[in-house]
Amino acid sequence: MWTILRQIAKTGIATEAPPKAFDVESSQRIHHDILKVLGRALTIREVDAGSCNGCELEIQALGNVYYNLEGLGIKFVASPRHADMLLVTGPVSRNMMKALQLTYEATPEPKLVVAVGDCAINGGIFGTSYATLGGVDKVLSVDLAIPGCPPAPIEILEGILTAVRYRLAKK
Amino acid sequence: MEIPDLDLNVSPMKTPFSLLRGEVNADEWLTAALAIAENHGRLVSLWGSDGYRGKPGRFSVCAVYALANKKLLWLELPIIGPSVNYPDIAGIFPYATRMQRAIADLLGLQAEGALDTRPWLNHGTFGADYFPLRKEFSGKEIVEWPAATDYPFVSVTGDGVHEIAVGPVHAGVIEPGHFRFSVVGEKTLRLEERLGYAHKGIEKRFEQMAASDGYRLAGRISGDSTVAFSWAYCMALESAWGWNVPSRALWLRALMLERERIANHLGDLGALGNDAGFAFGLSQFMRLKENWLRLNKSLFNHRFMMDCILPGGVRCDVDVSGLEEILNQCDEIEKEVTVLRAIYDDHSGLQDRFLNTGVVTNQLASQLGLTGLAGRASDIENDVRIDSPTAPYDELNVTMATRSGGDVASRVAVRFDELFESLRLIREIVGNLPTGPVLTTSNKISAGRGAGWIEGWRGGVFVALTVDKDDQIARCHAQDPSWQNWPVVEYAVIGDIVPDFPLINKSFNLSYSGHDL
Repeated sequence: MWTILRQIAKTGIATEAPPKAFDVESSQRIHHDILKVLGRALTIREVDAGSCNGCELEIQALGNVYYNLEGLGIKFVASPRHADMLLVTGPVSRNMMKALQLTYEATPEPKLVVAVGDCAINGGIFGTSYATLGGVDKVLSVDLAIPGCPPAPIEILEGILTAVRYRLAKK
Repeated sequence: MEIPDLDLNVSPMKTPFSLLRGEVNADEWLTAALAIAENHGRLVSLWGSDGYRGKPGRFSVCAVYALANKKLLWLELPIIGPSVNYPDIAGIFPYATRMQRAIADLLGLQAEGALDTRPWLNHGTFGADYFPLRKEFSGKEIVEWPAATDYPFVSVTGDGVHEIAVGPVHAGVIEPGHFRFSVVGEKTLRLEERLGYAHKGIEKRFEQMAASDGYRLAGRISGDSTVAFSWAYCMALESAWGWNVPSRALWLRALMLERERIANHLGDLGALGNDAGFAFGLSQFMRLKENWLRLNKSLFNHRFMMDCILPGGVRCDVDVSGLEEILNQCDEIEKEVTVLRAIYDDHSGLQDRFLNTGVVTNQLASQLGLTGLAGRASDIENDVRIDSPTAPYDELNVTMATRSGGDVASRVAVRFDELFESLRLIREIVGNLPTGPVLTTSNKISAGRGAGWIEGWRGGVFVALTVDKDDQIARCHAQDPSWQNWPVVEYAVIGDIVPDFPLINKSFNLSYSGHDL
């Protein structure tokens, strides 16, 4: 126990400031925006629709201490029924199409769809083929796309926040 | 020949590791498989092709074995005449089953006598008579194919038995796959996997690409193994074209490969702590992993080093100050991981979850063909860096990490050992990095055949490549060790409780995308 506490104390707080574009009174502002749109924390269900796992690694990295995701009021949830936003990766393989649609249907309104990575935008290097649909917008209406192969965690975070603002502007 | 009582007409290929290649007939296909199994060899890769000897419409199947003397043997069986059958070898190597089912889905070639002939990669989403790897199809046909069909899982019946269906969309941020548990109370009686959800036609896509460009697709077979696959692909292409890669480039490739291994081990060690309820481990290790990836970004301009290895060398050099940063980071990570390892080892709650969970005995592991990192945790000794060392590994004297427990604790211990060994290797590489260019290109010599064999962080990654004239890929097959290891997970969970599944699964951390292709 002592070694654990010592390691925690030695590590200190590694969290960095949120993305610059959102740095107007920083995290409080983000909190405020999320609360205004949703009235509570933003919950995200991630769906891998046939990615190479690169985007998943970066979304996982978003959960590390540097990005303080939960501190900003953003949380990944286990079920689409608890989600406000779907974060979808991959070129949408035909074998995942049905599961993606069912996940979308299970997500309560109002819902946001964010396509993460080049594949999710237009199929990327995998393109459109007998096995891939070539992008999330072939199946769902996409609110925001985050390019990159894969996009870095900070870019994904910026995308998530932009999508929330976008919803705020539409409201 | 390397196998007693087996007389095959084979000749060495011009690969940087020892690889013999030859054609066989159907009888020899079977007798070779039997003899290799009896002599403690294993199946590395199995695939089918259209375009035997450059002729569209003529099929063949290929198998690559690792013999007991660590040499590789590539056998090709042409399929003659109107028949689309070849002899089943799943009775000899059980893990060939899914490979043969994939061949049936992609090419319509049937393993004659196979017990399990259910579709594997085709979920009913492409037609039953559509075989994408046949040359008669472009792979771009987009038809209104039916929705995914039901899959005939093997059902377990009896008093109190019920099923739990998990996936393809999982609770965590992970890749898609389906797991069907048959349980009594909390105890797992049987697990059946269904994969293929991430199938995106990679092998067909290769055939639409220039060979000199295919490294980019190879680097996206499995994002966590991008260095391993792009190196294996480039090794295959360079051996097909007879290119010589500058020695500094090879050393830098090894530097990247070891950095990839450490990045994945850091992530897994954290996630394994977390899956046993020890969130401290996750936040500590993910912090270290983030530091590691950020240095990748600053040195190689990509956090996972995608597209950094390309035919003829590597994209960017590392200067003296970069090398110093690498050494400093190795010191820092070593210090931190030493502290964390002691915490893991001393934590009784954590060890209680790790020990005797998801056990794969050495006997079971060798029967089922467990390989790579997970294999070494069940005392199966294979590591491409040691068995088939190509430059610079022939000068690095890698120490193999093995454990005999075969449980989650052993797979954790192997990761810790390998992480420290990779830190040592990185220091060796940095200290002995040859000078000279990091990229040279030569003529894209017309047609050829090559192979690549690299120890990725999960295990051996094999790429077989046939190139046509005009820089075109005729066929590229990429084999991830997950093909061998996925079926073993079904055995590892038997008798354990359902809540231990995520922990056991993570301790293997197999690839979905690298398997589904």
